[in-house]
Amino acid sequence: MKIIIVGCGKVGTALTAQLSREDNNVTVIDTDYDVIRNVSNMYDVMGIAGNGASYSVLQEADIEHADLMIAVTKSDEMNLLCCVIAKQAADCHTIARVRNPIYREERDFIRRKLGLSMIINPEHAAAMEIARLLRFPSAIEIDSFSRGRVEMMRFKVPQNSRLAGFALKDLSGAMQSDILVCAAERNDEVYIPDGNFIIREGDSLSIIATPQNAVDFFRRIGVRINQVRSTMIVGGGDITYYLAKSLESTGVDVKIIEKNRNRAEALSELLPKATIIYGDGSDRELLREECIQDMDSFVACTDMDEENIILSLYAKNMVSSKVVTKINHLEFNDVIHSLNLDSLIYPKHITAEYILQYVRAMKNSIGSNVETLYKLMDDRVEALEFQIHQNCRLVGIRLQDMKTRPNLLVAAISRQGKVIIPGGQDCFEVGDSVIVVTTVNGLQDIHEILSE
Amino acid sequence: MNDKMIRFIISWVLKLEAILMMLPVLIALLYQEKEGFVYLFWAIVCAGIGFLICRKKPVDMEIYSRDGFVAVSLSWLVLGIFGAVPFVITREIPFYIDALFEIVSGFTTTGASILNDIEALSHASLFWRSFSHWVGGMGVLVFILALLPMKGGSVMNLMKAESPGPSVSKFVPRVRGTAKLLYQIYIVLTVATMAALMLSGISAFEAVTLAFGAAGTGGFAVLNSGCVGYSPVQQWILTIAMIAFGVNFNFYYLMLCKKVKSAFQSQEVKAYFLIILMSIGVITWNIHNLYPTIGEALRHAAFQVGSIITTTGFATADFNLWPELSRTILVMLMFVGACAGSTGGGIKVSRILILLKTVHKELTAIVHPRSVKRIRFDDHAVEHEVLRAINVFIIVYLVIFAGSMLVISFDEFSFETNFTAIAATLNNIGPGLDMVGPMGNYSAYSPISKLVLIFDMLAGRLELFPMLILFYPSTWKRRG
Repeated sequence: MKIIIVGCGKVGTALTAQLSREDNNVTVIDTDYDVIRNVSNMYDVMGIAGNGASYSVLQEADIEHADLMIAVTKSDEMNLLCCVIAKQAADCHTIARVRNPIYREERDFIRRKLGLSMIINPEHAAAMEIARLLRFPSAIEIDSFSRGRVEMMRFKVPQNSRLAGFALKDLSGAMQSDILVCAAERNDEVYIPDGNFIIREGDSLSIIATPQNAVDFFRRIGVRINQVRSTMIVGGGDITYYLAKSLESTGVDVKIIEKNRNRAEALSELLPKATIIYGDGSDRELLREECIQDMDSFVACTDMDEENIILSLYAKNMVSSKVVTKINHLEFNDVIHSLNLDSLIYPKHITAEYILQYVRAMKNSIGSNVETLYKLMDDRVEALEFQIHQNCRLVGIRLQDMKTRPNLLVAAISRQGKVIIPGGQDCFEVGDSVIVVTTVNGLQDIHEILSE
Repeated sequence: MNDKMIRFIISWVLKLEAILMMLPVLIALLYQEKEGFVYLFWAIVCAGIGFLICRKKPVDMEIYSRDGFVAVSLSWLVLGIFGAVPFVITREIPFYIDALFEIVSGFTTTGASILNDIEALSHASLFWRSFSHWVGGMGVLVFILALLPMKGGSVMNLMKAESPGPSVSKFVPRVRGTAKLLYQIYIVLTVATMAALMLSGISAFEAVTLAFGAAGTGGFAVLNSGCVGYSPVQQWILTIAMIAFGVNFNFYYLMLCKKVKSAFQSQEVKAYFLIILMSIGVITWNIHNLYPTIGEALRHAAFQVGSIITTTGFATADFNLWPELSRTILVMLMFVGACAGSTGGGIKVSRILILLKTVHKELTAIVHPRSVKRIRFDDHAVEHEVLRAINVFIIVYLVIFAGSMLVISFDEFSFETNFTAIAATLNNIGPGLDMVGPMGNYSAYSPISKLVLIFDMLAGRLELFPMLILFYPSTWKRRG
C-alpha cells in the first residue's frame, strides 16, 4: 500500500517504523531536513522535506497514487488542511490527528464534512485506555475482540497463587471456568503454550474469556477484580480531563492535583464533580494530606516521565489496587519494566496502534481477510481475527485434526454473537469469526494457520 | 559491525556469481567448447563456498552505514577474486594478477585489457568478460536487493554505497522497488540495443557482447580491431546506445511516468548533452582533414566522444593519432564522466555542475562579503552535507590519482601513458593515450602497478569511499 505520512514527530516515527516494516511504500514529509534525513536513513522509506499542506510537495510525494495519507504534525489545523488538500488532490483515505479538546465534540461533523476517514485524538485514546485499566484493575492489559465480545486479559501470576504448578490441560477442570490461556511470558520469552505448559509464579499470562467467565475465573484464583471507587490523578493535562470525565460517568470519585493555578481553575470549571487540588503533586506532604493511602488507585500523568515513574513507585505501596504511569518519551522499555510499575501507558504507542489498526483493516480489505490485529507483549505476539467465508477450505474440520503451525493457537470462535472457547471437537462454520494468537508475524489469511 | 549480515550478503554474491557463470557454460555448449566445463566446475565451487560461509539468514539484519560500505567493497572484491579464476584454469590468461585485472576491469565497467590477442579467447571467456560489464554496470548488490526481500530499513546503506552520484535518490519509497525498476529499465534498454545491432547485420554473439559493453558502459570488444571494422550504421547505433546509458536513469523513470517535461528539466541531463554536442563539434572541426568526408569525421568524433564521456571505451579510430586539441578534449571528458545514477563512471556531470556553482558562490562572496546564497540544483537547495561530500570527494580523488601515479611511475613509462592509464582506470574508461591508447593495452605494467590499477578501478566504480573504508583502522574495531 502507498502511504504518505506528514509530520515526523514521536507518533510519525513510530508509524513510519511499523508501516515500512509491514511492507508498505511509505513516503514521509516533514519541514525539517534533518528529521527527514534521519528517518530515511533508518527506515526503508522515501523522505521529502517540505510543507505537507502544499499541493506541489504532495505531488512530489506522488499523492495521485497514494492509498492513505496520515497527518500527524503538531498542529491540528495543519493536519486538517493536509487532509483536505490530499482529499482534493487524489481520492485517498485520510487520517488526521486532532488533539484540541475544543474540536472533540465536533469531531464527527469535521470528519464527515471534510471527508476524513478517521480522526485520532491521542490524549483521548490514552485516557480511554487508562479508564479501562481502572475498571478492571487486576489485569495488566486488556484488548477486546469481535466488537468487544471477547476480551484478552494479561496478568501476572502473583506469589503463592493457587495457579502455580497447574498444567494448562488441567486448568479448566480444576477452576470450573471456561477460559483459555493463549500466551505466556516467562523471563522475557513469549510462549504460545500447549496443554502441558506448567504455570509458575511470576509468569505473565494472557487469557481469553467472555467478560463474565473472566470475572468468575479471577474470583476463583483469588485475584481482585473490583472496579476502583476512587482515584487520584497527578497532573491536569488533556488526558486527565478526558479520563476524569469518563470516570465521573461511571461514578468514580476523582481527585486531581494540578500545580498551575489557571489550569486548576479551568479544570474545576470543566469537571464540576471532581475535586481539584492546587499544588505540586511531587510534594509528599501534599499527597499524604490528600489521603493517598485511602485511595483505590493512582494515575501519574504529569508531563515529566521521570516524575511519573517516581510518583508511581511511591504510590505503589500506598494505594490498594491500581497504579497507572504515563510515559511520553522514555525509550528504555526493559528498564522501566524491571521497576514493576503495575501498568504503563504510552500515548504515542496507543495513537500509533489505533492508526495501524485502521491501516491493516484497509490493507486487509484488499486481499486477505484479517478483521482486526493486535500486537501484544512488545509486538512479539499477534492476535488476529479472521472471518470465515464461503470458500474457506477449513470449514468442517475439527480443530484436533488440523495441523496448525507451531506457536499458533485458535483462541476463540465467535458464532452468531456467542463466543465459544474452542476445544479439539469444535470446528469452523461459515460466518464465524475466528481469533488466532501467534508469534508468527504477518499472517494474511486463515489458511496460513496450517503448518506447511 | 554486523559480521553475520556481511557474510550473508557475501554468500549471496557468491551464489549469484555461480548463477551468472552458467551463462558462459551455455555459450560453451552452443559453440561446443571444452572451457564450459571449467565454468561449470567453478560455478559449483562458488556456490559451495557461498553455502558454506552462511547457511542461515541472520536474525539481526540491520545494516548501518559502516556495514553497508564494508559489505559493498568486500562483495566487489570477492566478485573479482572468484570471477578471475576461470581465465587461469583455462590457461587463457595464465597469470592470476592478469586475470584479476581483466575481470575487475570487466565488473567495474572499465574495459582496460591486458590481452594482446582478444580473438584467441574462447567464446565462453569472451562472453564472461563482456557479461561482467553488464552485471557491474548497474551493480551487483542492487541486483541482489531487487531479488532478495531484505527487511529492516537500513538496506538503503547498501544501495548508497554502490550507486554512483553525489546523493542517491529513490524512485519509489522502497529500496527493493527502486532496484527492480532500475533493472527493468536497464534490461529493456539493453535488449533494444541488442536488437538494433542484430538488425544492422552484426552476428548474434557480437551483438550481445557489444550490447553488454555499451549497456554497462564497459568497453570490452570481441575483436582485436575494437569497433573499427563495423559499418557506419552499426557505429552510429553504438554511439547512441552508449550515450543513452550515460544518462541518469531517473530521466527514463520520469519518462516512464509520462513526466516528459520534468525529465528534460534536469540540469544534469541538459549539461551532459551540451558537453557532448560541443565536444563533437570542436573535434569534428579539428580532425576533418584526416578523413575523406565531413560525415566520416563527424561519425568518428561522435563515437569517440560518446565512448569517452560515458566511460565506455570502445574505439572506432586510434584517437592517439589525432591532433593535440582533440586528444586534450577527450582526456578532459574522461574526468567529466557520465551522469550520476547512470552506469557510467568518472567524476559525474552533476558533481562538476555543483562544483562550478560553488566557485560562483565563492566569487560572489568576495564581491559581496555579506551576501547569503544557497546553492540550488534542479530547483532544490543543495544541503551542506552534499556539498561537503562533493568537496571531499574531489580531494580524495586527487590524492588517489597522485598516489597511484607515483607508484606506477616506477615502471618508467612515459608521463602521458601513466597519466592517462590512471585517468582511464580511476574513471572506468579503459583506453588512455600513448602506450595504453585504444590500440594498445596494459600488459606491459608490472604486477604491482596492475594491483594499483585494480584498486583504482574498484575505487572509481564504487566512488572512492567504500574502498578507502577497508583501509581505515577503526572500521575493523569492535568498539571503534
